[in-house]
Amino acid sequence: MNAPISSFTPSVLAESAAARVSLAAPCARLSLRVRGDFAPLNTALGLTLPTRIGQRAQSGETQALCLGPDEWMLQAPETLAPGTQAACDEVYGTLPHSLVDVSGREVTFEISGPRAVDLLTLGMPRNPDSIAVGEGRRINFDGVTVLLWRDGESAFRMDVWHSFAPHVLHLLETGVRELAAEAA
Amino acid sequence: MLLIHCPYCEETLPEAEFTYAGQAHVIRPEDPSGQSDDQWQEFLFIRANPKGPHYERWRHFHGCGRFFNAVRDTVSDKFLTTYKAGAPRPDLSSLTEGLK
Ligand SMILES: [Zn+2]
Repeated sequence: MNAPISSFTPSVLAESAAARVSLAAPCARLSLRVRGDFAPLNTALGLTLPTRIGQRAQSGETQALCLGPDEWMLQAPETLAPGTQAACDEVYGTLPHSLVDVSGREVTFEISGPRAVDLLTLGMPRNPDSIAVGEGRRINFDGVTVLLWRDGESAFRMDVWHSFAPHVLHLLETGVRELAAEAA
Repeated sequence: MLLIHCPYCEETLPEAEFTYAGQAHVIRPEDPSGQSDDQWQEFLFIRANPKGPHYERWRHFHGCGRFFNAVRDTVSDKFLTTYKAGAPRPDLSSLTEGLK
């Protein structure tokens, strides 16, 4: 059951006329915690860290999502992560912060298709439409804490911890089939 | 399902994203070893358990992760307000005025 999820090769995991769930290529994931005036970090990262929970910022291929009053998730191609960490280390002396590489912690499911929003409602207590396009949130999905990035009206990315991924994928697979059966 | 307003996210969200964390404003003594057994027992175990408005802690577990405080009526389950951790305890009369 773990086999398709542990793979490093992007692939389609479930697909029907209603929605498609696929595995994204691995990327670098950095967990950032900092308080106070973090302007020097903005300079180091080359982007302005958003301050409202759920907001995102992007610079080149580096993306930041505000998760809490002092917490952000950064995602970037694996090759960029060492440079990002080195740039942040430069300002550590004057602006102590926590920047932890958690790349190996999660896998990302890409969820798209005409009924992607309906698919998400199977596991989400909150309304998926309360997350605007271009935003993201940490949410409860079928009892599991996941990150949900909304890239388009019906295009989402969901970051799931490895140990929960088979459980979450199983629900998504069921939903993908069920929504297609409903439409038929 | 209850809807709870998170003062950090500034969103009103389903209870399933939150966890309950006991009575609020229970202050740990400055000098724990100077406490008598009775005082220590009071701090650890004795809670108000009111019938009516209760000052309590919640955590937005599947969200911003923050602890915050709330006033919830234990009879109706209605949340009278929520406020950030460290903010002063709101006066009850100001909360219940609108309910009369
Ligand atoms: Zn929150």
